This record gives sequence, structure tokens and C-alpha cells, in this order.
Amino acid sequence: MTASVDRLSRLLNLVPYLLGRPGIRVADAAADLGVTEDQLRDDLELLWVCGLPGYGPGDLIDMSFDGDSVTITYDAGIGRPLRLTPNEALALIVALRLLAETPGLPNRESVERALAKIESAAGDAADTAGRVAVRLPANTDRLADAQAALARGRALRITYYTAGRDETAQRVIDPMRVLFASGQAYLEAWCRRAEAVRMFRLDRIDAMTELEEPAAPPARAQPTDVRDGVFQPTPDLPLVTLRVGRQARWITEYYPCEQVTEEPDGRWLVSLRASDLRWARRLVLGQGLAVEAVGPPELVEAVGEEARAALSAYQ
Amino acid sequence: MGAAVFTTRLPTSREDAASVDSVSRNRTERLVNLVICLLSTRRFLTAAQIAATVPGYEHNPESPKEHEAFQRKFERDKSELRDLGVPLETGSASAFDTEPGYRIARPEYELPDVLLEPDEAAAVGIAGRLWQHAGLSSAASSGLLKLRAAGVEVDPQATLGVEPVVMVDPTFSPLTGAAGDRQAVTFSYRPPEADEAMRRRLQPWGVVCWRGRWYVVGHDLDRDAARCFRLSRIVGEVRRVGKPGAFEVPDGINLIDYVAQWSGPSEHSGRAVVRLRHGRAAGVRRWADDVTPGEEGDLATVRYSCAERLAGWLVGYGADVVVLDPPEVREAIVELLRRNAERHPAPALPPARLEALRANLPRPLGVNGAEQAWSREVR
Repeated sequence: MTASVDRLSRLLNLVPYLLGRPGIRVADAAADLGVTEDQLRDDLELLWVCGLPGYGPGDLIDMSFDGDSVTITYDAGIGRPLRLTPNEALALIVALRLLAETPGLPNRESVERALAKIESAAGDAADTAGRVAVRLPANTDRLADAQAALARGRALRITYYTAGRDETAQRVIDPMRVLFASGQAYLEAWCRRAEAVRMFRLDRIDAMTELEEPAAPPARAQPTDVRDGVFQPTPDLPLVTLRVGRQARWITEYYPCEQVTEEPDGRWLVSLRASDLRWARRLVLGQGLAVEAVGPPELVEAVGEEARAALSAYQ
Repeated sequence: MGAAVFTTRLPTSREDAASVDSVSRNRTERLVNLVICLLSTRRFLTAAQIAATVPGYEHNPESPKEHEAFQRKFERDKSELRDLGVPLETGSASAFDTEPGYRIARPEYELPDVLLEPDEAAAVGIAGRLWQHAGLSSAASSGLLKLRAAGVEVDPQATLGVEPVVMVDPTFSPLTGAAGDRQAVTFSYRPPEADEAMRRRLQPWGVVCWRGRWYVVGHDLDRDAARCFRLSRIVGEVRRVGKPGAFEVPDGINLIDYVAQWSGPSEHSGRAVVRLRHGRAAGVRRWADDVTPGEEGDLATVRYSCAERLAGWLVGYGADVVVLDPPEVREAIVELLRRNAERHPAPALPPARLEALRANLPRPLGVNGAEQAWSREVR
């Protein structure tokens, strides 16, 4: 879209916006609309010379300024905003549906009412959104507890299962937020044991006790940016190299990989960061013929040794 | 641009910017006037009538060159209005006129009243911020701006206590658009087990978000059957083929059920008995129906649907887990262990080095604390 069209859409919206807010301060309107005050004044000047054919004093859009505030006194027939485009309707309606589907939402009913009203206002533009269906996961047993603790602002003692290490351990955490990402519900919190922000999958919290003391994440506890996935490998994690057959190529789709090289026999040489080598060992063992550990040597050795030790129980 | 030495006066960049600015300003002004003019007329106005009315189109219609320039300008303006969603109608100005005329139907142009309660407005505001995808997030914010212009007060600070983080693939918009228009599409699709992407032709019925992943469901024209495709496996662009309205979505189809069914059975009717080393295999203990302590190890009963998948999960626990029953799971796990042992022969390293390697094995979690979950467990 060109700059002039962008601006046109802003201008067509500006008249109804101001019409509904007589006497609004120019600075407030600019902040609300996300433009600078200068830009808004420039937009108003431009609108001031537009109007109905004839373009005489009674035909042009008119407004009165009183100090810092502005009131539209004549709208020249563009007093209503333009309808939603199919894309705008799609973005709003699907987002509302996702919200309505979010387990544990305290005011689902408001979302549903809003959804119905937006769908009806969008009219035909809502057709495209009608072709989208959403369903979020239902692993929500712990959700109400997590939300209640978050709302009360208390620290929690949790029993948490760490799949990477196959361990269940107790931790004291300061909850920060509940979120859904990649099809899972998480409680993000400051973990006092690790002294860092951690994402706890709700279905792996086996027990939860609310403590008397308030949750107090330190100032340096920042929410994780999960736009690129919940697990973001860091360079300090061990780099694991695997030779992957066709049936196990899903690994490259599932985990962030640093490198994937195709070999002449159709197998792929894949390197990825593992949060824990024991996790990598379990991954390799479970794939049978489809995956071979290539490095580091301690992984290759661990896979072989574990398999031999386990086999001896069946002989 | 030539060397400054030979130039008497170079326009400064500021002047350049100013002149570009004033061209675009004139253009915006002309477009606003065009919208107002076409909204105010009931009759269809021909291009010539518009040129004689709306400032910015002045030209001499007798001069072929000027007339042609006007027509180009007008064509471009019309298409920009349509891009913006302005419903431009075409029709005959009068029974004697062969020239097409234009107008904007006000009911099609104006957003109807949207009366939202404060809690509803808060929900809409949050929904508008949900998208992490650039295209959809700008569509959501321009949609929100229209709602606010219609009088809805949206609180930008509102939160709901739970945050869904929504990620979509770039093919989301083209596929939903084509499904809305009931127009067939073609795209390259590459599931990970395939060596090369295959061209697929699909009549898209709809797009589904299931367990955090996006799918398109429709009628596969080459397979002549219903199929579903994961959006993340589509390579490159989605192209539309054929005409809009070319097919009907079958009655009573539930897109979610279709994807759920396709992504695999989950009935766990089998029962396996396994022996767990004391204090180990926490993951198996969590999933087990019951665990009874025993001398050689604890006995656990585990439900499963597919013996191979169960074996693939249990084998990860290595020597901490021994499958006792049934034979199909026992055989599957022995086979997996044998292959792993063969593929990873004992290295010819001195024992001291091996000790050092083993000592190195436990490692801390990743910095952000997320752990890799082996989600293909038999859940």
C-alpha cells in the first residue's frame, strides 16, 4: 500500500473519530491514534480543504479549535468510518475466537458477546473468518490454581517434573504470568532454585502449594519472548550431532536445528542444541534404526552403554 | 547525479522530500474529495463529470496526451480506493450514456453501529494485540482504529490474566482468503519424510488451529479425496487457480474433527506391565495407572495404543525400565535396544577418559528454563 493510501485511510477514519469526541485535546487524540501531534495537525489542515463539490465555505469539512482542543462542526458526509475489510475482520474475529477458546479465561462470556457483535458489524467481510476453526489444548487441570495464585500474588511451592532430566523435584517459584504457546499452557515464574526465569508446563506440575509470602520476582526477571518458540537454544548448551533417517526427519521440524546436511544415501546429518545430554540419549534410543548418535563422543558412548545394560535384563 | 563541480544548483535532499511530500499530499487530498463526491451522489458520475468536479483532475480533454494522463491517474485512484475496501459501484449514468459511471453506496461504505459494553471492548482490544504476525497484526490494528472511530473506547492496558501467544504461518492469509472465496489453490508441499516438495492442488474448505499448529483442510484434486496439510510444510507461495465460487464445502463437515481424527488415534486400550528401578523413571511413574513397590523394582501398569510407540518411549529410560508383559511390547523394546547397541559400539577409549566423559554427562537446563519435551511420548 502506498503512503498516500495509508494516509487516506487515516484521514477517512479521523473525521468520525473526532466527531464522536468533541473538544478532544489534539495531543490526546494524537497519542490515542498513534501519530505525532504535528502529523495530526497536518492531517487536520488537509481535511480542512476537502469537502463536497462546490467547495464553498458551507461545503468544506469544518472544525473549530479552542486552544489545544478540536471539534468537528461539519463532516461533509464522511462521519462514519469505512467498513472492516475481509482481512481486518479475519484478524479480529479469529483472535477473538482464540481468546474465547483459551482455557481458564475468567470472562469468556464478554469475549463471546464481543465476537457476536464484531461478526455482525463486519457483515460479508466476516465470511473469510468463517472458514477458520480453532481449538486450543485442554491440559488445564492446574490452570485455575495457577491463575488464582497469580491473582493473589503469592509465591508457590511446586513439585515439577523435568522431562529433560526425567526428574521430579520441589521448587519455590514467584509466578509472573500464565500463557499458551505452541499448544501448551505454561506458568512463567522466577525460580528461586535456579535463580532465573523459567517456563513451567502446567501438565508437568504434579503438586502446588501456595505460600504465605508474596511473590517477589526480582527486577531483572523479564518475561521470555516466545515468538520463536518456547525453547530457545543458547550457545552454551551442548551441541549434539545425529544421523537421521527418513522416519525420524520430524526431528528437524520439531526442534530448532543449527544445521541440516543431506548425505548421499538420503540420511540427514543434523546438529541441534540439547538442554541435557540425557534428553538426547532418550531421543536417540527411542528412534531405533532411524537415528544414530554421531557426537559428542559421550553421547555416542552413553547410548551404546545404556542399550547394552538394558538388553542384559532380557537375556 | 553529476559531480557537484559542474552543477550550478543541486536540489537539497530536503527540497526533494518536500516536493515528494506535496505530490502525495495533493494526491491524498484528491482521493478524499473523490470519496466525498462519490458518496454524495445518487447518480452514477462518468469519468468526464468527475474530472470536471473534483479538484486535482483538471485537464484539457481535447488534448489526447492530457486526456490519457487523466485516465491513467483516474484508473490508479480507483484501484487504490478498492484496495482500501471502498465499495466503488459502476453503472450507467443514463440510458443514453455508454460511458460507465461511478458512485459509492453509502450503506456498503459505512461501518454499522457497534455498541460494545466496556468488558466487550476490553476483549476486542486484547484480541487486536494477539497476533505476532506482521500482516495480521497490522490488519487487527487498522480494524481496531475503525472501531474506535465508530465510538468504541478500547483500553490499551486491559489484560485477561491468560495470554495466548498466537503464531501463524505466512500462508495463513492466502489460504483463508481462497477458502472464503471458494477458489482452488496450488502449492508445493513437503512433509519431512519426503525428499522433494510435491505440487498439490486443493479446494480449500477451511483453516484449522489444532493444538497450536495450523492446518488447511480440503478436497485434494489430484488424490480426489479429502486431505489436510500442515501450513508449516508448505514451501513458497500459495497460488489461486480457476474461478472463485468453483466448489461447495460438503454439508456438515467439522474441520476440527477432521484434523483431530487425522492426527492419530489416541485410544489406550492395551495394558503393559513394566518393572522400574527404585527411585528412577519418574516420567513412567507419572503416566502409570498404578505403581506397586517390589523388591527387585517397582511394578507399574501402563496403558498404550501402539506397541511400537510404547516401546519407543520406554526405551528412552534405558536400564531403569524392564518390560515384563505383553510379549509384543517386550519384543519391540528388545529389537530397539539391539539396534541401538549395534549402532553405537563401545568406543576404544581408555577407561580414565571414559570416566571423564561420563562425569560430564549431567548438564544444567537452558538459560530460559524451557526444556525440550519429547512430545511424541505415548500420551
